[in-house]
Amino acid sequence: MVEGINISIKQGAFELENLDFLIQTGEYACLVGLTGSGKTTILEAICGLKPIRAGELILDGKNISFLKPAERNIGFVPQDGALFETMTVAENMEFALKIRKWSSRDRKNRVNQLADLLSIRHLINRRPLNLSGGEKQRVALGRAISFYPSVICLDEPLSALDDKTKMEMFQLIDDVRKELNITALHISHNIDEVERLADKVFQLKNKKLQSYQPSFFLQNKKRLLYENE
Amino acid sequence: MVTKEQPTSFKVKSDIPFYLIMGVIGSFYIILIVAMIIADFSYTSREHLLLSLKSEEIKYAIKLSLFSCTVTMILSVIVAIPIGYVLAKFEFAGKKILDAIIDIPIILPPLVIGLSLLILFQTPFGQLIESGFQVTYAVPSIILAQFTVACAFAVRTMAVTFGKINDRQEQVALTLGSNKAQAFWYIVLPQAKEGILTAASLAWARALGEFGPILIFSGATRMKTEVLSTTVFLEMSVGNIEAAVAVSLLMIIAGFMVLMIVRMSGRQRFKKPIYVNG
Repeated sequence: MVEGINISIKQGAFELENLDFLIQTGEYACLVGLTGSGKTTILEAICGLKPIRAGELILDGKNISFLKPAERNIGFVPQDGALFETMTVAENMEFALKIRKWSSRDRKNRVNQLADLLSIRHLINRRPLNLSGGEKQRVALGRAISFYPSVICLDEPLSALDDKTKMEMFQLIDDVRKELNITALHISHNIDEVERLADKVFQLKNKKLQSYQPSFFLQNKKRLLYENE
Repeated sequence: MVTKEQPTSFKVKSDIPFYLIMGVIGSFYIILIVAMIIADFSYTSREHLLLSLKSEEIKYAIKLSLFSCTVTMILSVIVAIPIGYVLAKFEFAGKKILDAIIDIPIILPPLVIGLSLLILFQTPFGQLIESGFQVTYAVPSIILAQFTVACAFAVRTMAVTFGKINDRQEQVALTLGSNKAQAFWYIVLPQAKEGILTAASLAWARALGEFGPILIFSGATRMKTEVLSTTVFLEMSVGNIEAAVAVSLLMIIAGFMVLMIVRMSGRQRFKKPIYVNG
């Protein structure tokens, strides 16, 4: 479970204040909002990449507000994947395990397990440069869940993919959720992604964070998305 | 508003004049460099070159140049990496001042750098170092003089290199459990390899060509503080133009070879796929 209580974040002149949210364990939450509304800033604050000015971030009952990113146990999938270019796919996916000093055998087993789960066995010796957009996002997802994080944060991971690849990724994310009972916060611009994936929807509008049931959000999407901006 | 009288399609003029003008302007500089080298080659002969290589003084200068340039290159890269990283990735009070300070060795006349180093080693701080081991008018002074200038170029190269590396990968590494040092070592530094090679080659080549600061700070004592650039000066001063040109050619060849080797090895290392499936 990840909870934000009265969170305030400041980035230059941009400021978000008094944000509250709650994502239960195993829940897949989508965060929507216009470009520049501050969605990525919230995600980065949860991951520890941006400091919060006030409030509390609680992860599984523990206050993680001032912990370093490494200590939060949160997986992060950026928009472009941000794969480590000088490493192979396998090396990307075992990076977190190497840092945690897993044995070589355990690392190899985990990488193979992830490669099977994400259908990327045939790619594990390749470099990110030679991968397609969909393949890159699979690897980025594998890398983010490799160390069994409590939560994963995904920043528009499907935005640059074509429709066919996007459908495959929906199925894949479903499989990963079933397999790992994952708690996730997924930034999206796309209503299809909300419809397909979300157990809960957060909308960031006029610097306020509002929570909705997906069915309500989808029924009222026109009003919620475009009115009073 | 487009009306029937206004043409909606038109013929585009040829691109040839554009390329021609760019080519002509650019080639002036290339021709100047190549012409200088050809002139040097035509001034000397193979015999002169071989004779120069047999001279004990020039042999010593070659060895000392290779040694001092290599040490300077290593020191420059070691120092340039952290400064370049800080300049590229952090915003802080006084950054512009730090940025300007690093450019001072680039903009100052070389003689002024030599003089400033000499004065520095007359201060109590300099004297304290000199009480431990001799710097002024000795081999360490050559390395320090070369380092002072070459490092500034290496810093500039590293700052540009780190500036081009996407922060996201480093941030992801932090979320995966690494601390700043691990993220730097495993993620940032491997991506900066090409920049490091460029900085190293630039520092080496700059050190090889350094003369003014060495003349003032190290002197030009034969078989002691004589590097190739000072050899050219010493040979010229006694009217031995042929030897001076021969040594100049040696410097051109050495510099060109180092630049080519480093650039080619850098290119191969980064273009060659290491694992290929299927």
